[in-house]
Amino acid sequence: MNAPTRSDAIGAFLEQDYAAGFVTTLETDTVPKGLSEDVIRLISARKGEPDWLLDWRLEAYRHWLTMTPPKWAAVQFPPVDFQDIVYYSAPKSKKDGPKSLDEVDPELLRTFEKLGVPLHERARLAGVAVDAVFDSVSVATTFKKELGEHGVIFCSFSEAVKEHPELVRQYLGTVVPPEDNFYAALNSAVFSDGSFVFIPKGVKCPMELSTYFRINARDTGQFERTLIIAEEGASVSYLEGCTAPMRDENQLHAAVVELIALDDAKIKYSTVQNWYPGDKDGKGGIYNFVTKRGDCRGARSHISWTQVETGSAITWKYPSVILRGDSSVGDFHSVALTNNLQQADTGTKMIHMGRNTRSTILSKGISAGRGSNTFRGLVKVTPKAEGARNYTQCDSLLIGDRCAAHTFPTIEVRHPTAHVEHEATTSRIGEDQLFYAMQRGISAEDAVSMIVNGFCREVFKELPMEFAVEAQKLLGVSLEGSVG
Amino acid sequence: MLKINNLHAAIDGKDILKGLNLEVADGEVHAIMGPNGSGKSTLAQVLAGRETFTVTDGSVDWDGTDLLALPAEERARAGLFLAFQYPVEIPGVSNAYFLKAAVNAVRRHRGLPEFDAMDFLAKVKAEMKAVGMKEEFLYRSVNEGFSGGEKKRNEVLQMALLEPRLAVLDETDSGLDIDALKIVAEGVNRLRSPERSMIVITHYQRLLDYIVPDKVHVLSQGRIVRSGGRELALELEEHGYGWIDTAQGGKAGGASAGARP
Repeated sequence: MNAPTRSDAIGAFLEQDYAAGFVTTLETDTVPKGLSEDVIRLISARKGEPDWLLDWRLEAYRHWLTMTPPKWAAVQFPPVDFQDIVYYSAPKSKKDGPKSLDEVDPELLRTFEKLGVPLHERARLAGVAVDAVFDSVSVATTFKKELGEHGVIFCSFSEAVKEHPELVRQYLGTVVPPEDNFYAALNSAVFSDGSFVFIPKGVKCPMELSTYFRINARDTGQFERTLIIAEEGASVSYLEGCTAPMRDENQLHAAVVELIALDDAKIKYSTVQNWYPGDKDGKGGIYNFVTKRGDCRGARSHISWTQVETGSAITWKYPSVILRGDSSVGDFHSVALTNNLQQADTGTKMIHMGRNTRSTILSKGISAGRGSNTFRGLVKVTPKAEGARNYTQCDSLLIGDRCAAHTFPTIEVRHPTAHVEHEATTSRIGEDQLFYAMQRGISAEDAVSMIVNGFCREVFKELPMEFAVEAQKLLGVSLEGSVG
Repeated sequence: MLKINNLHAAIDGKDILKGLNLEVADGEVHAIMGPNGSGKSTLAQVLAGRETFTVTDGSVDWDGTDLLALPAEERARAGLFLAFQYPVEIPGVSNAYFLKAAVNAVRRHRGLPEFDAMDFLAKVKAEMKAVGMKEEFLYRSVNEGFSGGEKKRNEVLQMALLEPRLAVLDETDSGLDIDALKIVAEGVNRLRSPERSMIVITHYQRLLDYIVPDKVHVLSQGRIVRSGGRELALELEEHGYGWIDTAQGGKAGGASAGARP
């Protein structure tokens, strides 16, 4: 006599598969497991790097050996065996590397196409240039010629080292120094590829730039490095997306992203992170331990981080802004969702150093299943930052009664004119909201998705249009099994 | 035709409805009155399919369908509408988006083409005008920051858009001043039709001055204890609910439901 329960209906909808969980079979060029100076020399040699870069890596490695993994985050996992990881794996190519798309293994092209990132000219996303990174190497970068006409450099990091060594050398490690933290040091020692962006003085980048990161090989870590430089008055919008196959073992992803904005420059960096989160019992998934930092080096510069984090078994990530230039602006907009046994400890640091600097932090944490979601933030106003202002808003949404949400804001103010505001809320998707929507004929699954999207709306607004749609879909899929 | 037979329902192990019988024919408007705690809202929620209530006995037949076997959203799509006593806020979801999703879910179920944005806007704007709602309410989050009267108008607006076969209005008059009450009542009266039945739940007679019912029932302790015409409401107004309890207690065995005046 009783009607089918609402929880069943939601459960059924939410039992959706991780669509990016397939494996591509390819011949690979893989170095043996383990980390040593020899492995670093091998990686550097494979990439034909100059001596200064090898020295830089080795110095980072030696420093890393003296460090211990950070323990302060609200995440729990067994110690990572850094000797049990493959630090370099690349699809084998016949020549030194593909010169054009025609030389790229069709299997690779199919992989990216399946992920919704077509690399072929005719199918490319309109108005978006893509750098596709597969395991340790960049496979292809689209629209390079068109961008080149505007003086914009958009290429893989390896290519930048070869073609623009002076720029790489000038900026590499100036925002996140190798000794910054344990994972940044590790990345500096073994980083394999990533994207490099340079927007010259006064140029507004004519299209969206994006990098798609794909982990494929087993037991492999991905350690990419992204460096974006916007010169005086330049502006760019950049987006990264990430996926990985479903595997029972945890895989490590330790990236470093450095952004540099000179006077009046603007960098908008958006992330849609959908690394494999592990199964519903918490088996497998990516450890996403990433250091991202922007340096508003010039006056009136503006760096904006927007992230939608739905994947990864564990996320440890604090995209930050150093507000060095006077009147510079930093933003952080974040949606972080944890379901099943996912754990996220994420947030930001806004370091106010220049006068009249402004920052905004808007964090939306969603916890479902037995997920744990932590916001960790630092707002620091240094003694010279006269007139600094910050506004922080942290909202948490709970789905079900086995999940957790935590907020750890830290505020350090050393100038009397600073104006710092912090607001935080925690709410639960109410049975009353669900019932209200269903009484209007809306299915339980649509109702959950509607309520969650409503909660995230302020952040989605910040994403480029096409990706906002993608992010909304992703959120629905990621809520798998979250109720009932 | 709605036939409620010997309905028992409980929440958290506490019996609220204890053998309720009611028949509502097509096109009729029935008022259900009763003191606080008599089970009025429970009846509304059970009919709409809220899972926090457990139906422990009885049946509800709706044009040959076992209503209680349907989940809430299917009851809604089949044409059952509940105007909430306390409409729920959904932050970040615009009223326009919510209304369109609801209308199209119902239209799909009825085999009608879904409204596109333009058709929907034209339709919703016309209906909003009729209930005296400003267009800006389309772009605000569902019920968020609405006053009591605005929320109730929003309920009547939804009822008009969803074109139900059976509308249950749960204390739609509560918290309204007389002007708002008139507007809401007009909205309801406009929707009266031979195909549409309504159950109007209210604590006060006052609403029935504006929505004139075909029948009035008095609910007490989970059962309908008196049924009659409009005059029953006026009698209640005069004597208060205590009069019902006294009348009940005065009868031998007083438990028989559906007593006639």
